[in-house]
Amino acid sequence: MASSNTNDGLMLSLETVSKSFTMHLRGGIELPVFQNVSFDIHKGECAVLSGPSGIGKSSILKMIYGNYRVETGEVRLRTDDDWIDLAAADPRTVIAIRQQTLGYISQFLRVIPRVGARQIVAEAAIAQGRDTDEAMADAEAMLDRLNLPRKLWELPPATFSGGEQQRVNIARGFIAHYPVLLLDEPTASLDAANASVVGDLVEEKKAAGVAMLGIFHDPDMRKRVGDRLIDVSQFAVTSTDDQAA
Amino acid sequence: MSDDGPLLSVTDLSKYYGQHAGCLDVSFDLYPGEVLAIVGESGSGKTTLLNCISTQLEPTSGTVEYSMRDGRMANLFTMGEAERRFLMRTDWGFVHQHPADGLRMGVSAGANVGERLMAVGERHYGNIRSQASDWLERVEIAVGRIDDKPTQFSGGMRQRLQIARNLVTSPRLVFMDEPTGGLDVSVQARLLDLVRGLVADLGLSIIVVTHDLAVARLLSHRMMVMKSGRVIETGLTDQVLDDPREPYTQLLVSSILQV
Repeated sequence: MASSNTNDGLMLSLETVSKSFTMHLRGGIELPVFQNVSFDIHKGECAVLSGPSGIGKSSILKMIYGNYRVETGEVRLRTDDDWIDLAAADPRTVIAIRQQTLGYISQFLRVIPRVGARQIVAEAAIAQGRDTDEAMADAEAMLDRLNLPRKLWELPPATFSGGEQQRVNIARGFIAHYPVLLLDEPTASLDAANASVVGDLVEEKKAAGVAMLGIFHDPDMRKRVGDRLIDVSQFAVTSTDDQAA
Repeated sequence: MSDDGPLLSVTDLSKYYGQHAGCLDVSFDLYPGEVLAIVGESGSGKTTLLNCISTQLEPTSGTVEYSMRDGRMANLFTMGEAERRFLMRTDWGFVHQHPADGLRMGVSAGANVGERLMAVGERHYGNIRSQASDWLERVEIAVGRIDDKPTQFSGGMRQRLQIARNLVTSPRLVFMDEPTGGLDVSVQARLLDLVRGLVADLGLSIIVVTHDLAVARLLSHRMMVMKSGRVIETGLTDQVLDDPREPYTQLLVSSILQV
């Protein structure tokens, strides 16, 4: 279905994706996570993954981004005029796609020793070819908007609070121009004011035609930015028979 | 990351020490601008592999091809000795774990950097000295120390000097063998930051051997896991670390200390 060339705004399409983990340190037991994951994401929408915690919502985002391998099925992503199956793409292709096409914002920042917050944010835009001065100015505007105190901008975020680190991560994800954006609880540890800024940012991306897939536990945020729900329970592989019923 | 060909292409490389295989049937391509980490415990064959690829050891079988500046792929083990030495001195760098293996300890920091320039034909003393001081500055060694010998430097400074010495000729490929081994974490962070910046600014390709998965995560795009001389798992760095598939890789990843 995703292979049609019609310009229907389809950006991301998962087709019968399955995933399991083999735990060799636990005697090689296999933990099936889900099967037959199939859904489409279009330009200018924000679809929300729903379901109880532990069902594998984050795992779906990680499979799309390539942190997790995909056993079977396809993760098809539109780049310019081409479709690429991320599940089968070589590392080089995935790296290029992460730089230009596919963004991922999680609640956890992977800090880089000695690199200041502003630089970390700007790097995402510089990697896309934005002029360094312009990227720095954009990074400042973004950090300002997310109310990160100016005195922190030059400091490496390793010592920041969870909420501060998260805002650096959000700024980094939103400063770049990715046509497809994955959001893993971007507002998890933010206060209401900052969460509302994230809501604005999501709406701006939507207006700009970005296709988004997110996880939002906060029901208000989900209601505000979510266009539709994708219930992950339908894909879950239940481990025992009584749960399957 | 365009459709250009690989910078380096390794095919079925094996190295035997008598009956014992140091590395076995290793094949991979490295592309311009890529950082590849080779990880594994000591004795897994990663240093043997690095030494074979960088022509410091002759492999028992297999080929290593390199994309020369004129675009042709040349087999490193069939090219003439002179051409290979020239390549190593100009287009490649090798950062050793122990700086004393990569530096001349008896001559000044400036001479250590300048020597590589002279090897590529630079003769003008003023140019050599100014390029040497540029590079010292770049690796955060005070220019005032240009006439000091490496023996007067700390371990972290020696390692940075080794990097300056290697990069002054604008190589396209740098090999690194445990570059942060034996350094304090703060010194290590500074070195990693330096290398990260150089990769971004110069578009360097790097093959880095490390047993430190955190170093691999920070520096590399791709990762190869070695065990008993074989590559047992390969892929995007965060994929190998977040979703390790092989029993040995799972064991390695689960053994990382978290701060």
